[in-house]
Amino acid sequence: MVERRPILGILAHVVLILGVLIVALPVYITFVASTHANEAIIHPPMPLTPGSHMIENYTAVLTGTQEGGGSKAMVGRMMLVSLVTALVIAIGKIAISLLSAFAIVYFRFPFRMFFFWAIFVTLMLPVEVRIAPTYKVVSDLGMLNTYAGLTVPLIASATATFLFRQFFLTVPDELTEASRIDGAGPLRFFWDVLVPLSRTSIAALFVIQFIYGWNQYLWPLLVTTSEDMYPVVIGIKRMISGGDAQTEWGAVMATAMLAMIPPALVVLLMQRWFVKGLVDTEK
Amino acid sequence: MGAISIRKVVKRYGHGPKANQVIHGVDAEIADGEFIVIVGPSGCGKSTLLRMVAGLEEISGGEISIAGRVVNDIEPSERDIAMVFQNYALYPHMSVFDNMAYGLKIAKVPVAEIKSRVDKAAAILQLGPYLARKPRELSGGQRQRVAMGRAIVRQPAVFLFDEPLSNLDAKLRAGTRLEIQKLHRELGVTSLFVTHDQVEAMTLAERMIVMNAGRMEQIGTPEEVYARPATTFVAGFIGAPPMNLLTGRATGQRFAMGDVAWLLPAPAPRDGELILGVRPEHLDIANSGWPLTVDVVEMLGAERLIHGRLGASTGAVQVTVRVESTSHNAVAGQVLQLAAAPEHLHWFDAQSGQRVG
Repeated sequence: MVERRPILGILAHVVLILGVLIVALPVYITFVASTHANEAIIHPPMPLTPGSHMIENYTAVLTGTQEGGGSKAMVGRMMLVSLVTALVIAIGKIAISLLSAFAIVYFRFPFRMFFFWAIFVTLMLPVEVRIAPTYKVVSDLGMLNTYAGLTVPLIASATATFLFRQFFLTVPDELTEASRIDGAGPLRFFWDVLVPLSRTSIAALFVIQFIYGWNQYLWPLLVTTSEDMYPVVIGIKRMISGGDAQTEWGAVMATAMLAMIPPALVVLLMQRWFVKGLVDTEK
Repeated sequence: MGAISIRKVVKRYGHGPKANQVIHGVDAEIADGEFIVIVGPSGCGKSTLLRMVAGLEEISGGEISIAGRVVNDIEPSERDIAMVFQNYALYPHMSVFDNMAYGLKIAKVPVAEIKSRVDKAAAILQLGPYLARKPRELSGGQRQRVAMGRAIVRQPAVFLFDEPLSNLDAKLRAGTRLEIQKLHRELGVTSLFVTHDQVEAMTLAERMIVMNAGRMEQIGTPEEVYARPATTFVAGFIGAPPMNLLTGRATGQRFAMGDVAWLLPAPAPRDGELILGVRPEHLDIANSGWPLTVDVVEMLGAERLIHGRLGASTGAVQVTVRVESTSHNAVAGQVLQLAAAPEHLHWFDAQSGQRVG
C-alpha cells in the first residue's frame, strides 16, 4: 500500500475511468437524446453529440404538448407528486423510527424485546411480499389516488429504527443521568439531546429514504389510477407508447433527465452530512 | 441546610430469593457543609451508594434524607443535588455556556439570572474564554471544570462527585484536587466524593467512609482512620505501603507465630488468636528485637522501603519497614533487629478482623 508503483497507479486510474464511463455513458446518451428531434433519434446511427431541439423538448414535456402516441401528462405535475411523496416518506420514516427507537432503548415496558424482534423480523420482509394485503387495506380505507395512499404504507421502516437503536445504545448512560439531574423529562431529553446528537445519521437517512421514495415504481403503479396522481417514474414508462404508435423519444429522455435532477440535488447538497453520518458520530 | 442522613440503606438487584444484595445496611450522618469521601476497592458499592443519594438508583431498603427531607421517592432533579460524573457527561452538541445553563433553562430561571450565575461559575473556574466552545474542543481538565461548573450554577444543597478525577493524568489530578478543596472552602456546600484512590480520600476528606463488600467498615477523620483503623480491612487498605498484619497467638507479653515467638513491648489486650498490625514507618531498626531477613530494598528518595521475612524460613511472614533514606543502608540477605513502640501496635480479632482494645 505504501509503495508507489507507476504501473499500479495507471491500473487504478484505468479501472476508475472505466467505472465512470459505465455509469456516466447512459446518462450522457439520455441527455443527448433529449436534445434531438424524434427523427434524428430513430434513424440510425444515433447522434452522439447534443442537438438543437433541447428547448423544444423540455418545454413540451413540462407543459404536456409533445407529439407521439404516449401519455401526455404534464411532467411538472408529476414531479410535484414525486417530490411530495418522497419528502413525506423520508421525513415520516425518520420521525417514526426515531420515536420507536427511543421507546425501545429508553423505556421499560411489557414485551419490549418482543416488539423489538417484531420490528427486526419485518426487516426480512420486502414490500412485494405484503403488497396484496396492503393494497386491500389502502383501497378499503379509500386511500387510492391520494398522497396518503402513496406514502403511509411505505413509512414504517425497520432499517431506520434499527439504525437509530444502534446509535442510541452508544450514547453514554451518564448523559441520560445528567439530564435527569438537570430536570429534563424524557421528551425534553429526546428533543434537546438525542435528536441533535443524531443529526448526522438523520441526514444520511434522509438522503437514502428520499431516493427510495422518489424511485418508488411498483406501489404507485398499484394505488394510482388518475393521471394527476402519477409520480414521474411512472410517467416515463407511460410516455413510451405500445403498439404501432410512435414514441416521442426526445420527450421521454427529457423527462428522464428531469426526473434525475431532484435526487441528484439532494445527494450533492447533503453529501458532506451524508458521509459524516455514515463514518463518524459526534461524541 | 445540606445535611444528609443515610439510615440502614440496603440495595438489592432482582426480587425474591434470587435477589443479589450489594449494600448491606449503611448508616451515616453527614453534617451540613461537610466534605465526606467514600473510599473502597472497586465493587464495594461506593458508587451505588452515591447513586442512591442522587436518585439514579432505587433504594431497596432504609431511608435517605437530604436537608431533613426523606428523598426515597423524589426525582433526582427535585433533590437539590448536583452531580459530577467520572466521564464528565457533558452534552457534546452544546457550548460550554449551554451545558452549564441547561438545567437552569429547564427550571425556567430568568435569562439574566442564568447569565449572571454561569458567568460567576465560569469566573471561579477560569472558564471565561471557553464559554462559546464545544466540549470536544476542550482538554480533559477543562471538561472536568465545565462539569463542576454545571454543578455549581445549580446552587444545590449537596454536591455528589463520582470519581471525577480518575480520567485525568497524575499531574492534573493533583492540581484539580487542590481546586476542589479550595472550591469547597469558598462555597461550603456539603459534598460526597467517591473514589478508589486513598491519596484522594486522605487529602480531600474532612471525614471519610471506608467501604468494603457493601458494608461500611469505618467512618472518621483521615487521622482517626489512619491512627486507629477499625478493622484489618481498613488497616490494609489505608496507607501505602499497607500496614503489616501478623497472625499469631498472644499470651501475655509473648506473641507466637507458628513455632517462633517474640517478646512484645507491652502485653496484648487479651490472650488468644489475634492479628497484630504495625505500620511500616513505626517499625524501628534496633539492637535487639525481632529478626528480619532482608529480601529487597527499594530506594524512594526521601525514604527507603525494606522488604523482608520475619521468622523461620518456613512459614515466614512478609514484612515491610519504612526508614529514612539517610539512616540505614540495608542489603539483601542481611538480618536486622526490629522493635516497635507499644502505642504503635494495633490488635485485631483473628476471626472477625475487628479492632481489639
